[in-house]
Amino acid sequence: MEWNRREFLKIAGATTAVAAFGGLGFDLGQAQAQAVAQADKLKFTKQSTSVCCYCSVGCGLIASTDKNGEGKVVNIEGDPDHPISEGSLCPKGASHYQLGKNDRRIYKVLYRAPYAENWEEKSWDWALDRIARKVKDVRDASFTAKDAKGRTVNRCEGLASVGSAAMDNEECWIYQAMLRAMGLTYIEHQARI
Amino acid sequence: MTNHWIDLANSDCILIIGSNAAENHPISFKWALRAKDKGAKIIHVDPRYTRTSAHADIFTRLRSGSDIAFFGGFIRYILANNLYFKDYVVNYTNASFIVGDKFEFKDGLFSGYDSAKRAYDKSAWAFVKDENGLIRKDPTLRDPRCVFQLMRKHYDRYNIKAVSEISGTPEADLQLVYQTFAATGKPEKSGTMLYAMGQTQHTVGVQNIRAMSIVQLLLGNIGVAGGGINALRGEANVQGSTDQALLFHILPGYLPMPTAALDSLAVYGEKTTPMTKDPQSANWWGNRPKYMASFLKSLYPEQDLETGYAYLPKLEPGKDYSWLSLFDAMHKGAFKGFFAWGQNPAASTANANKTREAMGKLDWMVTVNIFETETGSFWKGPGMDPKKIKTEVFFLPCAVSFEKEGSISNSGRWMQWRYAAQKPSGDTKPDGDIIYELFEKIRALYAKEGGAFPDPIKNLNWDVATNHVFDPHKVAKRINGVFLKEKTLKVGDADKTFKPGDPVPSFALLQTDGSTCSGNWIYSGSYTDKNMAARRDKTQTPMQAAIGLYPGWTWAWPVNRRILYNRASVDPQGKPYQPQKAVIEWKDGKWIGDVPDGPWPPMADSQKGKYPFLMQTDGMGQLFGPGRNDGPFPEYYEPLECPVGEHPFSKQLNNPTALKFEGPTEVHATCDPRYPFICSTYRVTEHWQTGVMTRNSPWLLEAEPQMFCEMSPELAAMRGIRNGEKVILESTRGSLWAKAIVTERIKPFTVMGHTVHQVGVPWHYGWTWPKQGGDSANILCPSVGDPNTGIPETKAFMVNVKKA
Repeated sequence: MEWNRREFLKIAGATTAVAAFGGLGFDLGQAQAQAVAQADKLKFTKQSTSVCCYCSVGCGLIASTDKNGEGKVVNIEGDPDHPISEGSLCPKGASHYQLGKNDRRIYKVLYRAPYAENWEEKSWDWALDRIARKVKDVRDASFTAKDAKGRTVNRCEGLASVGSAAMDNEECWIYQAMLRAMGLTYIEHQARI
Repeated sequence: MTNHWIDLANSDCILIIGSNAAENHPISFKWALRAKDKGAKIIHVDPRYTRTSAHADIFTRLRSGSDIAFFGGFIRYILANNLYFKDYVVNYTNASFIVGDKFEFKDGLFSGYDSAKRAYDKSAWAFVKDENGLIRKDPTLRDPRCVFQLMRKHYDRYNIKAVSEISGTPEADLQLVYQTFAATGKPEKSGTMLYAMGQTQHTVGVQNIRAMSIVQLLLGNIGVAGGGINALRGEANVQGSTDQALLFHILPGYLPMPTAALDSLAVYGEKTTPMTKDPQSANWWGNRPKYMASFLKSLYPEQDLETGYAYLPKLEPGKDYSWLSLFDAMHKGAFKGFFAWGQNPAASTANANKTREAMGKLDWMVTVNIFETETGSFWKGPGMDPKKIKTEVFFLPCAVSFEKEGSISNSGRWMQWRYAAQKPSGDTKPDGDIIYELFEKIRALYAKEGGAFPDPIKNLNWDVATNHVFDPHKVAKRINGVFLKEKTLKVGDADKTFKPGDPVPSFALLQTDGSTCSGNWIYSGSYTDKNMAARRDKTQTPMQAAIGLYPGWTWAWPVNRRILYNRASVDPQGKPYQPQKAVIEWKDGKWIGDVPDGPWPPMADSQKGKYPFLMQTDGMGQLFGPGRNDGPFPEYYEPLECPVGEHPFSKQLNNPTALKFEGPTEVHATCDPRYPFICSTYRVTEHWQTGVMTRNSPWLLEAEPQMFCEMSPELAAMRGIRNGEKVILESTRGSLWAKAIVTERIKPFTVMGHTVHQVGVPWHYGWTWPKQGGDSANILCPSVGDPNTGIPETKAFMVNVKKA
């Protein structure tokens, strides 16, 4: 979503109000610099809204994405229109930017072979093909159609899954659909603990 | 949360217990402080003085694990001093219900206990019904077998002296807290309770929350603005992921997971759908068959309902599949393959060494994350020899929250839409795409080769992508629900015809006949003609503005209701108990304000009116809760590892039904001089959960770089430890190092006449990063859990602390 320009100018307006007192002897260096920075931000970036990924307060975020360069997020700040957070963020919320630009993030598929001492990089196709094969082999070998009392159970208890509250609702929903279609019963995640 | 974050500002008194809201939900705290600015009192009850305590009008210390003593004493105080809200208690709770003769309580045990099974036969706790099947009631509350009198008798033992002796909280403090909060029992006042894992991570976790709820019901604080019982949940979408049922025991929307004993959809409907003979009880769960049918159709639209039901896996009745049991089974070698998707169990699971060992017994593990974790790299962790570990590990890198689109649900049940601000970095993919692509491959294998019972896989509606890219809008629409067949239904007073593909406007229109699908009935109404979660309209009526409701901002489940059980905020005629901060009001034959808990007239209308607690079979708030596994009234038990051999309330030391396991990893230390100190885990502002994301964010790591242990100056002096020195913490399960923080924020307790020390550690660290950061506090925690939920007891266990 393109962030509402009018709302954005409302904040910029607050800066202008301060600037109007320029003749009264206040040091306006910082306020003016801020106004320039905000104008540049509107010119060179596109705003989109988001919500913090940490605790469950659900504070609003505005991400600014570079329009001209690589289309990367260059800044993330609090959303002043958000009725809960009103633009505030805690240290975690205020550090979102570092999740997008981070040398420690893993950007490649990694694989650790049995008894290996190191990771090796792999392609998505290689990894997903191999995982799909392994899932099918275990499911086919461990599938239980009936329990000890002869009741239909259609379950697969050779596989287990945990996760994830870190996913979006729509992702959680398809994940549980996939797991249940395969017959998993050991399905758990963060909410339990 | 029954209420929502902004609503804290409406409160007259905020009791925070088992939570450090100011540090762990920092932005929420502005709403608590706004209440304080308006004259509200903030009370903080915690073992440790924190920044939450610093803002409190009253702070008092409570030994970890003694909460039920605190609340039992509170219930006794309210009853003894007639401070309860009598009309509310009589009209809106089950106080007047008559309990059957089989119910009794004797020396720490309720009737129906089977010591061999370590479980109760709950039928011993049933209510008495008359010849018409209606529960017998005594609205005068005088019958010795009514809930009110049984409750009075049950908590008579919880006098302030006994509570103080076991909790270590001074008597005068207890008196002051009880008195201050109980003032919200006046009809025009409201008090709220905020809690987090400090209340839940106990072998009596559920009963802790029950005890809080009983106090809130007695004071008439549920359903009102500035009231409620509010869990401050720890993760951005843990509410949503719970709603979407990534848990063994439920399907989306809290439908019970089928078991082997429920061999058809018809039997499932019959056995799991609650019934009531009382025409004034809405018994909303009576609609369960509609929601289950619509859920089955969301998975299998082409199959008839019984076939779709047969496709679902069935649990073994009575078997526990919850977190601790899952890892116990893994430790015994039960699984070949394992998914750790967006989660780090090697650091987040109580008894972490057991968990790490268990992972070595897998053939393979798939883990999805943003950064390296202690889970994905367990094979090269401390004490591990990679050359001896066979587990094959796949690490799949995923996109971060602002690299994809979709919704998350906050603690106040607001479903909020997020947009992609940049493309996924490097080779990373959104989780949705990873799931979609993986299952495409699994389906292709089954299509080509066949295999064990392929039908549920083959027939699953896997239309979740557009042009081979995961499409959150498509899934959100399916979660909301659509009509599958043409259907003419009454909407309001008029007939309306819905065509196949039309969105279901609300769950009230979901059907049992398979003509509707909805992936999650409680989200029905969230994506209708538009994406309601993406709304940013701040329009309010003056009545909504007075209590900070923003009905046009995003969307809250259910049906955009912002305060649950709001029919209890009005008297039986529909007049608000608190006109200055009314949530709803019956005016000119309709409800105004928030979306009411059902459209019916107020309860005094004996023909059409309904009781306020619509999700309860009997329509009443449950002071007596006969559905819990460990008793209908919260009863005091010590943590499974505790510093005392007895307590004042009964001879039953621990919860007799607690979830426990056998073996060398399961040794518990009670009154063991080798492990003399209570330990509790907690969080800090700058880190989050196991720290995977925050330890890898340089700004945050700089603020909180390594593992520490907070301890009192008294304990430090006793052990010869100075502030800043390295110490070793050890339990029967393992040990780890931490930097000592010697602080007056922690003080020793006097418990049963003895001095008892408590220490505290954060649980955000792990060996992968930073290199000198320390390891997970969960290495110390026991794998024991609550008998209702299985949540581990990580808030009260025994350790030793010594100089490194």
